[in-house]
Amino acid sequence: MLLQRFLIRLLTMLITLFGVAVVVFVVIRVAPGDPIAMMLPPGATDADIARLRALYGLDKTIVQQFFIWLSGVARGDFGTSISLRQEVLGLVFNRLPATLELAIVALVMAVALGGTTAIIGARERGTAVEAGIDIASGAALSIPDFLWGLVLILLFGVLVPIFDISGRVSPQLDLPFVTQFYLFESLLRLRLDLTWDLLKHMLMPAVALALPLAAIISQLLKQSLKEILDLDYVVLARVKGFSETQVILREALKNAALPTLTLVGVQFTFLIGGTVIVERLFSYEGLGNMAIDAVINRDLPLIQGIVLVFALLFVLINLSVDMMYALLNPRLRHG
Amino acid sequence: MTINRRELLGYSAAALGVAAVGLPQIAKAAAGELTIAYNVNLPSWDPTTGPSAVNPTIQGLYQSVFDQFIPQKPDLSFAPGLLTEWGWNDDRTKITMTVREGVTWHDGSPFTAEDVVWSLQRAGDEKTGNPIQFVWKNVNNFKIDGNKITGDVVQFDPVYFKWMSFLTGYIMPKAYYEKVGAEGFEKAPIGTGPYMVEKFERNAFLRLKANPNYWGGKPAFENVTIKFVADAASRVAEIESGSSQVTLEIPYEEYDRLIAKDGLAGSCKNVSDIGMIFFNDIEAMLDKNVRQAAVMSIDKKLLVDRLLRGYGQPIDTLETPEYTAYDASIKVEHNPEKAKELLAASGYSPEKPVKFTIQTTKGFKPKDYEMIQAIVGMWRKVGIEATIEVYEIAKHYELRAADKLAPAAFYNWGNAIGDPTTSTGFAMYGPSPHSVWDSQDLIDMINPLWGEKDEAKRIAGWKAVDKYIAEQAYVLPLMQYAQPIVHAKSVNVVQHVSGALLPALMTPA
Repeated sequence: MLLQRFLIRLLTMLITLFGVAVVVFVVIRVAPGDPIAMMLPPGATDADIARLRALYGLDKTIVQQFFIWLSGVARGDFGTSISLRQEVLGLVFNRLPATLELAIVALVMAVALGGTTAIIGARERGTAVEAGIDIASGAALSIPDFLWGLVLILLFGVLVPIFDISGRVSPQLDLPFVTQFYLFESLLRLRLDLTWDLLKHMLMPAVALALPLAAIISQLLKQSLKEILDLDYVVLARVKGFSETQVILREALKNAALPTLTLVGVQFTFLIGGTVIVERLFSYEGLGNMAIDAVINRDLPLIQGIVLVFALLFVLINLSVDMMYALLNPRLRHG
Repeated sequence: MTINRRELLGYSAAALGVAAVGLPQIAKAAAGELTIAYNVNLPSWDPTTGPSAVNPTIQGLYQSVFDQFIPQKPDLSFAPGLLTEWGWNDDRTKITMTVREGVTWHDGSPFTAEDVVWSLQRAGDEKTGNPIQFVWKNVNNFKIDGNKITGDVVQFDPVYFKWMSFLTGYIMPKAYYEKVGAEGFEKAPIGTGPYMVEKFERNAFLRLKANPNYWGGKPAFENVTIKFVADAASRVAEIESGSSQVTLEIPYEEYDRLIAKDGLAGSCKNVSDIGMIFFNDIEAMLDKNVRQAAVMSIDKKLLVDRLLRGYGQPIDTLETPEYTAYDASIKVEHNPEKAKELLAASGYSPEKPVKFTIQTTKGFKPKDYEMIQAIVGMWRKVGIEATIEVYEIAKHYELRAADKLAPAAFYNWGNAIGDPTTSTGFAMYGPSPHSVWDSQDLIDMINPLWGEKDEAKRIAGWKAVDKYIAEQAYVLPLMQYAQPIVHAKSVNVVQHVSGALLPALMTPA
């Protein structure tokens, strides 16, 4: 039964990815802009255009190009980037860890900030503290992540320059990294000097990404907590002499967290999408920044590769959230 | 250490106070260290193949590491470099070149005439993917005698040597490239240029180290870090926070604001880029009166003064004053009343306007969209109703190559070698994929100039073409752009008219 459900889920994932591949392939070829036309130098002739088209395989029909690309993907060959002239898969996996680290740090920040303010808001319900949290959440939510980025650059990059404005790590540092997971590796190697340098680069983009998500978490979790805090079993806990904080943390939080968990999963995919603009703003060397360059350069193989990897991430995150939800909710687990 | 609430409030207030007052950290270049916030990424290290080879915005980075066959001085004049002499024989059937002696590659191996010949043959080989292969294949059968090279001309191209200072005109290391291959070269490129690549993180930064053996003298800054900061607001923050000492291509408003600050200075000189409006020979543009009215109703000086804060130079031909074929006598008057008369002769008026579409980019060049909005406003007053259509630059290239641009289309054109073939020539020669004006009269005028062997006659010919184009109003040149560079006062920056930002030209103040 479990295996059957897993296989169905796997099939659904593959169909989703195939659909994404088809849509992306068609859309970026129908969309305005021709990579060969962008490469044409002064003096190029029709013969030069034809030569370059053939060189990049763009002289074939869209259907032919698609199946050539798809058969390559099936073999793990995502093609060669037109602008970077390197294997797409290598380029993507070289940059993916940076984006994942940024997104995970932003998620942790969002959960910590959103969770804390939700608990405080629920505990102080009906007071000025809750009103203050609501106002702050509203502000955090209504300002988009890239605008938060600009505000943070101005505050902590220019006026009080305590963080680095651009890049992922200081160029002057001698990096011992073997993997592309710099933060993880620096912690593993106990190189706290590197960890601090990485955090100085990562904190502002991470906060910019985290603030809107933290606001959503805060509002939803607080609402769930407030509803649960009126239920009989919670009232009983109070009667037993537990403090309000104990009641929230021990009795209410686990049940209230379930709907928030689903939301966090969905929002995490949006957060990864948000890295595209934020990485650009902070010149952070992740997949999002590379995606923008690929679009500007009309680098078709690279765009396809990046989008497909993003899509794979999204379906994997959704799958993880479903599994965690089932794990935390016994009714679903046994259903 | 514990911090009580009073102390915490105190620290917060101090931090807020500092934030409110603002303490901009103006950068001071550390001894031998220079950091530049650059506006574009460097996609590839091979300056002769692929899209990067024809991307003018990254040539400054290439020129820091590699040498071109013939370098250009900041004023665009040509100077001896790795080639100390070059030229044609009398009947233009052979070329001769003299190679500089005593030069070494970054790995210490000697630079020879073999490298020059190999680079030229490779650039002309269509299998390498050089987008400008058509120029390099015009000479073959090279022979080496010591440091002298001769070659046979297959097809005479008067601009052959000028291309040696332009796109893909770089000398590559034969032995090293053949040893490491394309992939190895991408990982560890070497050249003979003023700087050596120390570390490169794509999309992030480039660390350069001064080449102590550079034939032109060791550069002043020992270490140069180039951060790739694509966002203009982030570049402003980089220079304002002191994280970088030099940046470029920021909005003119920010340029004026920044250079007024203590510790910062700037340079904003005219470069070889121009703003122009292509006319396509379709619809209303087939009417000479409409074209002439469209040209003379625009107040270009007002556009430069109001939209570009006075930076830039109004122009009336596709040649700027730095170009070889610039003719100061070619002027198109700004005369809205005469424009009205011309339109009236074709049956148009403000009440009954001629209608067409104008395409423009939005944000690709400074105030491009706003400029077109202003132009449409000026046109409306004389009897032209233009509908603005915004397109991406990639779309412009595609439409232009397919000759499907709207009757009017805004674009910018760069011409770092300043030759009329690479400005008027390719932009206005119908059969070129860069041109959308296809009238036979112009094609007939231009045809003999491609292979003209008499240089004075060739330049005079192009000047005549420019004059004719202005009279016929086949194109609408707008202005020559100025490039804003902001730098710490601790750094001297020499601006290059090609628009290339070259660390080798920077020195400590």
